[in-house]
Amino acid sequence: MEAIIIGIVKSAIRLATPYLYASIGETIGQLSGVLNLGVDGVMLMGAFSAFYTVLKTGNLWLGLLVAIVVGAIFGLLIAFINVTLKAEQGISGIGVYIFGLGLSSLLFRTMVGTVQTVSGFPPLSVPWLSTIPVMGKIFFQQNILVYGAFALVPVSWFVLNKTPLGLSIRAVGQHPEAADSLGVNIVRIRYFTVILGGILSGIAGASLSIALLNVFQQNLTNGMGFIAVALVYFGAWRPKTVLIGALLFSTVNAIQIWIQVKGINVPSDFTLMLPYIVTIVVLAAMAKRRIHPPTALNKPFERGE
Amino acid sequence: MLMNIIPIGAFLLALLIGAIVIAILGVNPLIAYQALLKGAFGSMNAVADTVVKATPLLFVGLGICIAFRAGVLNIGGEGQLVAGALSATIVCLTFPNLPGWMLIIIALLVGLLSGAIWAGIAGFLKAYFNVNEILSTIMLNYIAAYGMNYLLSGPIMDPLQIELGSFIPQTARLTHVVDLPRLIPTRLHFGTVIAVVFAVLVYIFLWRTTIGFRIRMIGQNIQASRASGINVQKYMVIAFVLSGALVGLGGAIEVLGIHHRLFTDGSVSGFTGSAGFNGIVAALFGQLHPIGTIPASLLLGALLTGANKMQRVVQVPSALIGALNGLIVIFVVGSEYLRRRQTRRVEPTTKTESNSQNKNKKENK
Repeated sequence: MEAIIIGIVKSAIRLATPYLYASIGETIGQLSGVLNLGVDGVMLMGAFSAFYTVLKTGNLWLGLLVAIVVGAIFGLLIAFINVTLKAEQGISGIGVYIFGLGLSSLLFRTMVGTVQTVSGFPPLSVPWLSTIPVMGKIFFQQNILVYGAFALVPVSWFVLNKTPLGLSIRAVGQHPEAADSLGVNIVRIRYFTVILGGILSGIAGASLSIALLNVFQQNLTNGMGFIAVALVYFGAWRPKTVLIGALLFSTVNAIQIWIQVKGINVPSDFTLMLPYIVTIVVLAAMAKRRIHPPTALNKPFERGE
Repeated sequence: MLMNIIPIGAFLLALLIGAIVIAILGVNPLIAYQALLKGAFGSMNAVADTVVKATPLLFVGLGICIAFRAGVLNIGGEGQLVAGALSATIVCLTFPNLPGWMLIIIALLVGLLSGAIWAGIAGFLKAYFNVNEILSTIMLNYIAAYGMNYLLSGPIMDPLQIELGSFIPQTARLTHVVDLPRLIPTRLHFGTVIAVVFAVLVYIFLWRTTIGFRIRMIGQNIQASRASGINVQKYMVIAFVLSGALVGLGGAIEVLGIHHRLFTDGSVSGFTGSAGFNGIVAALFGQLHPIGTIPASLLLGALLTGANKMQRVVQVPSALIGALNGLIVIFVVGSEYLRRRQTRRVEPTTKTESNSQNKNKKENK
């Protein structure tokens, strides 16, 4: 029993990684007032580009770098559509998703073709800490991208709450007019947060394809990017509560995988359904709380004339 | 004027980018597009296949017109198609001995209702729990797809598959009496006619009835609608239910008109072929106008049909069309800005008026 629980918790920690990168990126973007629903598409592109680079060169860091660059390019595209062209953000995000899904499938079919595996980031034992009984095994024998994801939580909390940059980001999302009159460059802040979100989505995808699953196939993410957006609502735009949500979902995933591996007699389609049902239930339960999204979310800024 | 140019410009720009991608893949874009064109319109059968492919896109597109006009973003076309197709299939498998015409009508109605209920869940959650409808409809897509895959892997699997031990996840072929009539000796079926009739009905509904007017009003200005006494929540749910009903009907017609059975390849878009997403592209491409969605669906149907030929002739994967569809959506919503600027220049006074009204409202609070 103890081994089972350690196994599930350990894989839950691992599987929280893509959710954390993508959700924190989305949180920062939404705090500045931009709703990006294309996360899943960007994750797929990040996952493919990292996977392909590693497949061809064997260089994991280069793979990660390529995913970052691809994520940044997509972020720039999304920022241009939503900030400069002031598009309806819900629909443009779906466009980005369909584009990323189609392009990653196209590239996969022409450049790779068959499902192959790569050797991803190896587990990295933290000296001393990894020898702690139970805890060491669960928390300190993970790979570098897992550590990075968990480090992102306090870092993003600090930047958002304790630095002038964080204040500007939140001001732009809450009171763009006031921020504008104080000389904050709204367009620049929003470009920054959306490109950062793109980069983090790219890393989220790479964490799947070169650190956790070490494989790429069409639609690898299976809607994970949308769940990541839902986590932002769950987390009420705060990194700490986003972390709790990410762990909730990764635990559901870990249990689902454990059931499948163990061959327990539950149809796999039901276990696969689980995360999506949990998402809807959680969104409905959260909506009862009186926490409001950033007031300027989904509203392009127009300077009053 | 500009209104009509935008989608065509978006389409051409997407095709141009597609050509660049094809060239990068080492294929002459002209030859690839020629294959595509031939695949879509090269023969009587090709044209019929294009129309057949366009039919579910039109049903989804019409549903999207109603939802988006109400300001609710129903991205659940995939799930609603599955709900309609699955329930219609189950009806036909359960009552194979009813007269054909009766079974067809019952199956189509059940498909329509199932789509309505599946979308209604998202509508209800949006209206009364303020759950983001984009997220809930996408989650419902996955739930529907996995639910269908589960049923196909056992409870409604073709008994022959079980007997032979091949276990292909599909149902038995439905009784021939429920096959929708063919129009000409091709795969073209009566479902297309139903789709076009519904396009006209949706137009009449949105622009000539009170409910339709209120639905559009909510989409235009939710505060003003609420102030004028419209029960906004109720109409949001109505918009969702009607939207899902059209998509569900489209799913049922896919089964009775063309496939005559339900099947999956295990993935989430195995049965629908992503028609639930492509229908959104069609609706946006048709400027969210039911009649405009007809040619838009045909164009996308042609792209999808032609892409299969292109894949066979020059080995450019048909996934290219998926990417191009995404670009079309991006370009169409991106160019809204140009249109808004155009209209604002024409009527600058109305804008200041509405601004001052807003200010008054804020002060009253």
